[in-house]
Amino acid sequence: MARDLEAYLRPEVKSTPFCPGCGHGTLMNLILRAIAELQLNMKDILFVSGIGCAAWIPSPHFNGDTLHTLHGRAIAFATGAKMYNPKLKVIVISGDGDLTSIGGNHLIHAARRNINRTVICANNMIYGMTGGQVASTSPLGALTATTAEGNPYRPFDLCRLVLGAGADYVARYSVTQPLALMAAIKKALNIDTFTFIEALSPCPTQFGRRNQTDSAVQMLKALMQNCVTKEEAAGMDKALLKTKIIIGEFSNE
Amino acid sequence: MSNMQEINSTLTAGSYFFTGNEAAAEGAIAGGCRYYAGYPITPSSEIMERISLRFREVDGVFMQMEDEIASICSVIGASWAGAKAMTATAGPGFSLMQEAIGYGAFTETPLVIVDIQRAGPCTGQATKVGSGDWMQAKWGSHGDYQIIALSPWSVQEMYDQTIHAFNLAEQYRVPVFVMSDEAVGHLRERMDVSPKVRIVNRYKKSGAAPFGTESEDGVPPMPAFGEGESITVTGSTHNEFGVRKTDDPVVQTKLVGRINNKILNKREEIAQSESFFLDDAEVIVIAYGFTARSAFFAVDQLRKAGKKAGLVRLKTIWPFSDRLITELGQRDKKLFVPEMNRGQIFGEIRKYACSEVIPYQQTNGKIIHPKQIMEQIERIL
Repeated sequence: MARDLEAYLRPEVKSTPFCPGCGHGTLMNLILRAIAELQLNMKDILFVSGIGCAAWIPSPHFNGDTLHTLHGRAIAFATGAKMYNPKLKVIVISGDGDLTSIGGNHLIHAARRNINRTVICANNMIYGMTGGQVASTSPLGALTATTAEGNPYRPFDLCRLVLGAGADYVARYSVTQPLALMAAIKKALNIDTFTFIEALSPCPTQFGRRNQTDSAVQMLKALMQNCVTKEEAAGMDKALLKTKIIIGEFSNE
Repeated sequence: MSNMQEINSTLTAGSYFFTGNEAAAEGAIAGGCRYYAGYPITPSSEIMERISLRFREVDGVFMQMEDEIASICSVIGASWAGAKAMTATAGPGFSLMQEAIGYGAFTETPLVIVDIQRAGPCTGQATKVGSGDWMQAKWGSHGDYQIIALSPWSVQEMYDQTIHAFNLAEQYRVPVFVMSDEAVGHLRERMDVSPKVRIVNRYKKSGAAPFGTESEDGVPPMPAFGEGESITVTGSTHNEFGVRKTDDPVVQTKLVGRINNKILNKREEIAQSESFFLDDAEVIVIAYGFTARSAFFAVDQLRKAGKKAGLVRLKTIWPFSDRLITELGQRDKKLFVPEMNRGQIFGEIRKYACSEVIPYQQTNGKIIHPKQIMEQIERIL
C-alpha cells in the first residue's frame, strides 16, 4: 500500500525531512491518500506552502507543481495562481505559525473572499523549525523556548477564527485519527469554495520535551486523550472542557 | 532567448490626453499585463482604478488585496501560472514589498512594479513629490541580487516604459520597476499610441531545467503551473531543477552568481540614456525623472543665452551604466546632479566619474524648478 503512493512523490527526492515522532509524515501520507482515493491528477494540482516544517510536506516531495513561498505568504501566492488559472486545483499546506500568525491576515481574507482552495494547517502548537518558541496556537501555560514560566496567553481556536471569517467548511482532527482526518481532507477537496483543515500534529522534539511528554508515544497518547468530539464536549464540565480540544467538522450553516 | 512579437495596440492608435498614472495602466495592458493585484496608496491609486475598469475589456484578472505584501505575492503566484503580472504602489507599500521582491529575483520571476515615489521617509508627505526610493529599489531586499529600474520623465514614457518593463521582465526573468514620481504620475499631457506594439514573451522549453543554464549569465526557460512540468519553486537556494540545496556552497555560489551576472553583464545593453547639447558643454547636468524635465528646460534656456551647458538624462538607473559616467568624466567637465533626495544617484555617479561632481538636493516635497537649476549652473560656469 505504501509503495502505491510512490507515483505521487518527486522521483529525485525520497526521504522525508521530519524528526522522529513528528506527525507531519502521517499528514503527508493522508493528503496523498486522499488525492489518490479521489483520483485527482497530480499534474493538475498546485501545492503552495510557506516557511517552516509543515511547508516541507509538499515541497519538493509532491510530484505536482509545488510553490514554496515566503514565511506567512503561501495563501497570497496561491490567490494569484488560482485567479489567473482557475483550472489549477490549489492546495495550501503549511504550519500554524506560518498560516495563522505571520500569515493570519491572508488567512482571514482568503476565507472572506471564498476563492476555491483547500488550506491544510499542520498545527503543532509551536515554532518547531526555529527551536521551539511560543506560537499563537500554544496552549495557555505551555513551556517553550520563550515562555520559561508558561505561555501567559490563550491560543487561537483556528476553526472558529476561519469560520468567523466566512469559510464554508472547516474541520479539525488529529493525526491520531487518520481515517477521520483523511475523510475531512477528501470532503474539503470536493468543495469548490474556501475550505480549511486543521490537522493536529505532535512535535516531540520542540513541544514534547519541554512539556513532560518527551516521547512520541506519550505525545500521541496525550493528543488522543485531549481530543473530544462535539457530542462528548456537549455534556462536559466547563473547566474540564477548557483543557480539551474539540474535533470534528464545523460550518456556518 | 525570449520571443519577440508585434501585436495590435489595445488602444486605438492616436493621441490621448492622459495622466502619467493612466498612461502606466494603458502601457501595462498594451505590454500584455493580464494580472494585477494592488492596495490603495497615494499617489499611485489611479493606476489600480484604471486597470480595474480596463481589465473588464481585455479579460484581465484584477485583485484588490488586503495589503501590499499580499499584492506582490499574488503577482508572483500569477506570474508562475503564466501571467504577465504587475502591481503599483508608493514608498510605504514599496517598503512592505521588499521581502517578496527578493523572492522574485531569486526565483527569477518576471513581474513589474510601478512605484509612484512620494516625499518620505515613512508616511512623509503622501501627496507630495519625492525621489527617495532609488537605493531601496536597488538594495531593499536582503542578500545579493539584481533588478532593473527605469525612470520615465513624461506621460508618453509612462506608457512606453511600462511596455518596455514587461519586455525586460520577460527577457531577463527579473522584477522590473518603473520608478516614477508623483509629479510625472499626476502630470496630464498629450501622448501618442501607435497601432502596433512590440512585446516579448518568456521563453519556454518543455523538460528543460527552469533554474539553470550552461553559461554563468544565462536566462533559463520558464514553464508555467498546470503545464504538466511538475515545477518546484522555492525561495531557498535551489539547483537547476528547483530542488532545495540549503547547505551546498557550490550551488549557492552558482545561483547567486548567475542571477547577478545575467543583468550586470548586459548592463550596457539594458541601461538607456539620452544626451542634449553635450559637444562643447562645460557643465553637464545628469538628471532623471521629473527633474530631468526641469533640467532640460534650464539647459535649453542657458544655451539660448550662449551658456555652455549640456544634459544627460538617465532613462534607466539600475543596472547603472558606469561606462557612460566614466566617458563623461573623461571630458573633464563638471557634472551637476540635481535630485529630489539626499544624493542617492549623486553617490553612484561620483563612484565612476573622473571629474568634479556637484550635487543639488531638495527634499521639501516640491519639484526642482528650472530656475533653481539655471541659477546653480550659472554659479558653477
